Amino acid sequence: MRSAVITFPGSNCDRDMEVAIKAVTGSQPIRVWHQETTLPDVDLIALPGGFSYGDYLRCGAIAARSAIIPGLIRAANRGVPILGVCNGFQILTEIGLLPGALMRNAGLNFICRDVNLRVEATDSAFTRQYGDKAVIRMPVAHQDGNYFAEPHTLAALEDGGRIAFRYCDPDGKITKSANINGSTSNIAGILSEERTILGMMPHPERMIDDALGGRDGRVVFESVFKLLETA
Amino acid sequence: MSTKITPDLIAEHGLTMDEYASIEKFLGRAPNLTELGIYSVMWSEHCSYKSSRLHLKKLPTKAPWVICGPGENAGVVDIGDGQAAIFKMESHNHPSYIEPYQGAATGVGGILRDVFTMGARPVANMNALRFGEPDHPKTRHLLSGVVAGIGGYGNCVGVPTVGGETDFHKSYNGNILVNAMAVGIAEQDNIFYSAAAGVGNPVVYVGSKTGRDGIHGATMASAEFSDDADEKRPTVQVGDPFTEKLLIEACLELMATDAIVAIQDMGAAGLTSSSVEMASKGGVGFQLDLDQVPCREEGMLPYEMMLSESQERMLMVLKPGREAEAEAIFHKWELDFAVIGHITDTGRLTLTFQGDIVADIPVASLTDDAPIYDRPHEKTLPPPALSLHSVPESDDYNATLLSFIGGPNLSSRRWIWEQYDHMVMGDTIGRPGGDAAVVRVHGTKKALAITTDCTPRYVFADPHMGGRQAVAETWRNLTAVGATPLAITDCMNFGNPERPEIMGQLVGAVEGISEACIALDYPVVSGNVSLYNETSGEGIYPTPAIGGLGLLTDSDKRADIAIKRTNDHLILIGETKGHLGASLYLAEIHGKEEGTPPYVDLKQERLVGDFVRSLIQDGLADTVHDLSDGGLIIALCEMALAGQIGFDVDIAALDLPAHAALFGEDQARYLVAVSAQTAEKVLKSARDAGIIAHNLGTTGGDLVTVKGLISLAITDLRNAHEGWMPALMAHPEKAAAE
Repeated sequence: MRSAVITFPGSNCDRDMEVAIKAVTGSQPIRVWHQETTLPDVDLIALPGGFSYGDYLRCGAIAARSAIIPGLIRAANRGVPILGVCNGFQILTEIGLLPGALMRNAGLNFICRDVNLRVEATDSAFTRQYGDKAVIRMPVAHQDGNYFAEPHTLAALEDGGRIAFRYCDPDGKITKSANINGSTSNIAGILSEERTILGMMPHPERMIDDALGGRDGRVVFESVFKLLETA
Repeated sequence: MSTKITPDLIAEHGLTMDEYASIEKFLGRAPNLTELGIYSVMWSEHCSYKSSRLHLKKLPTKAPWVICGPGENAGVVDIGDGQAAIFKMESHNHPSYIEPYQGAATGVGGILRDVFTMGARPVANMNALRFGEPDHPKTRHLLSGVVAGIGGYGNCVGVPTVGGETDFHKSYNGNILVNAMAVGIAEQDNIFYSAAAGVGNPVVYVGSKTGRDGIHGATMASAEFSDDADEKRPTVQVGDPFTEKLLIEACLELMATDAIVAIQDMGAAGLTSSSVEMASKGGVGFQLDLDQVPCREEGMLPYEMMLSESQERMLMVLKPGREAEAEAIFHKWELDFAVIGHITDTGRLTLTFQGDIVADIPVASLTDDAPIYDRPHEKTLPPPALSLHSVPESDDYNATLLSFIGGPNLSSRRWIWEQYDHMVMGDTIGRPGGDAAVVRVHGTKKALAITTDCTPRYVFADPHMGGRQAVAETWRNLTAVGATPLAITDCMNFGNPERPEIMGQLVGAVEGISEACIALDYPVVSGNVSLYNETSGEGIYPTPAIGGLGLLTDSDKRADIAIKRTNDHLILIGETKGHLGASLYLAEIHGKEEGTPPYVDLKQERLVGDFVRSLIQDGLADTVHDLSDGGLIIALCEMALAGQIGFDVDIAALDLPAHAALFGEDQARYLVAVSAQTAEKVLKSARDAGIIAHNLGTTGGDLVTVKGLISLAITDLRNAHEGWMPALMAHPEKAAAE
């Protein structure tokens, strides 16, 4: 599988993303610097977490204006699977490839902990290997992960089955107390209309071996990988 | 330009008249203002260690695995396979009290630079924090600001903050302690030092521009606070972790070439200390053209440029002709790059500005010939021993335990560590909340264990024993995860050294630390001294915070504190005498700080610790916890809470009054949870080795039970343990009152 990981100034999960993709798929991702203007021909593009441009102005806002972004949009239009994790998700919403916005956490503090997620959509490039309504665990680490969308956008996401993950309790119940950051409808990750772009606040790349606390994150990468194998 | 040097101006610079007389002697004339400023920061306690240097010399600093001991930016130890771990802990106490967010943030930034300056990629941060009483009007503000600052900086830079310690005690009401530790990993054949070399070689400035922030920070950090502490806010620096992240990447990229001769970060006393230290170590002179220094604002004077503590700046000496290559890397990362001078053979620091020579100082007078004081010191007399019978037994141990484990110093620190990204870089396999954090050496089977510890109650009662104990506790914490302890960094926080009783604490603690380091083969490789931690004449408890580093050669063979199975046997290893003197139980439950601290028998430490480590390394034990504050029952409960599995034990075999057995803080003890078969084996091997071990009972169920004394649901224990700090930080009336 060919993949690319884009690094912006201030990205800090780019190596973690590279390591996870390599560990799960066996092939080495290509690192792409934000000032490049074209992306290599790949099967997966990942926008890693971190603090691009120090989160100055607004998380992801400055990165969304990088030289590489027109190339990313072209790839998106061609249907190349694109994964944005944490700051990568924030950047995707700033570009407009995904709807809505990620606001300051309801509790205002940065939160780093493992959370339970319920898999809400299993018909995307990234989630097809998960069980329907499966409860999985992954870490979050963010201060601005409070997902917000206008009611009509939210309705479109719900109606289109485009909510990929929701924060839940250990039994899979979508509760207020499980909603760590105040996101609308407990939303932790969403899909694009064509279901080829996934933005999520939790970090699948941090849950890829037992020593790190589990393997639930591998499935995101395995899903893309298997999709290619069967294609 | 020519400000008259008056006695008032000299005093404002924190210099004595005697010191000023030496400056005139070294220069052969009166200094100008810029020169006076340079002397004031270089001769400040913070930069010169003038009160502590004589004593720090006594610390053991060598071992076959030590690659570089104290004196460089950080200490370097061999971790095998041609790799090295580079680490240091440093205080940022004064700035954090004045401006907690920026003070703590720049503390993290500074210690990270100390580590990557030497060629290491930083892989872990840790913090030892000490605040005043929880209900002191400033505590909540300081705690929330410090935690947000540490998180704000470390999270953005992308280096995991993997743990630390947080205590509350009234002696810190007016002087909190913020000690930041960083650990990095480098290749042994690519370590960078600060000694400048090569007459004519270019001196290069990289990173952020220089502003007017932090001027005189080092001098401020070398004085007591009075009631005007708030007025010192302008001397606190402002951090920019985004620039630091770029600086790390740019420096490491340049370090992969062979263009650098020497490199040093601009920390306390900024451009002054970096250039002076590089010149001094290399035995050369520096000629700097201050017109070339990238400045944030116009009209900055030499005095301001030399004393600014603007953050995220580095000074390098490059090989001749390599400037363009280096500049391209720094421009790629959108950082300033300027050749600001060159190396000379004069042995002098010569500064020019707008065509004039504005300072010309012999480098040695700023470093080697700086004042050293053998200050009078008065030995602390250990208090009378506490009589066990003077401490009443509890009539309700359930209630006592709940209030103890749900109190200020034993409750969970989750509220803190969840604000730190402790997982970025994908190698944190021992998360916060255990004995030591465990971070894999990327791409290998190896891992580093990291901890910070100190028990200031002990150090106050008996500095010598307290110093020993601080070192021993770090050693024990590393051992408890299965690591082989390698070396320590020390962060010596004390009051005013001009008071003989404070100097006595420092001298006593250094002696205790030395003894422990020697007995445990565990040298000091880096450190920092923070004195004058006093407000209006009230000193802090002496707090020599120790940061310990250990190595696991096979990270699969490690232990943590969580009970993992039911029907495991809980074995207490080491001797229990029921020592309640200077214990946390006495302080928190009985409101008394009396008695001597527990005796630290270093031979026993070593014997018991080596035994426990071998159990882990041989794959016999994966559940281990050391005993410290709060004693046996607290350790047992922490194991149950971490694993969500209860226990049922009987302490009759210890043959002690219940409170002494449960809460005594005897040293050199561990708990392990192992299967029934392994238990027999462990007990026998312990007996053979001459180590006392007791099988206390078994794991299982939802209750924590001590026969005849305690029976509590884990849920209730958890509510008490987890509830305290969130409640403290959420209290609306208190917040409104601030």
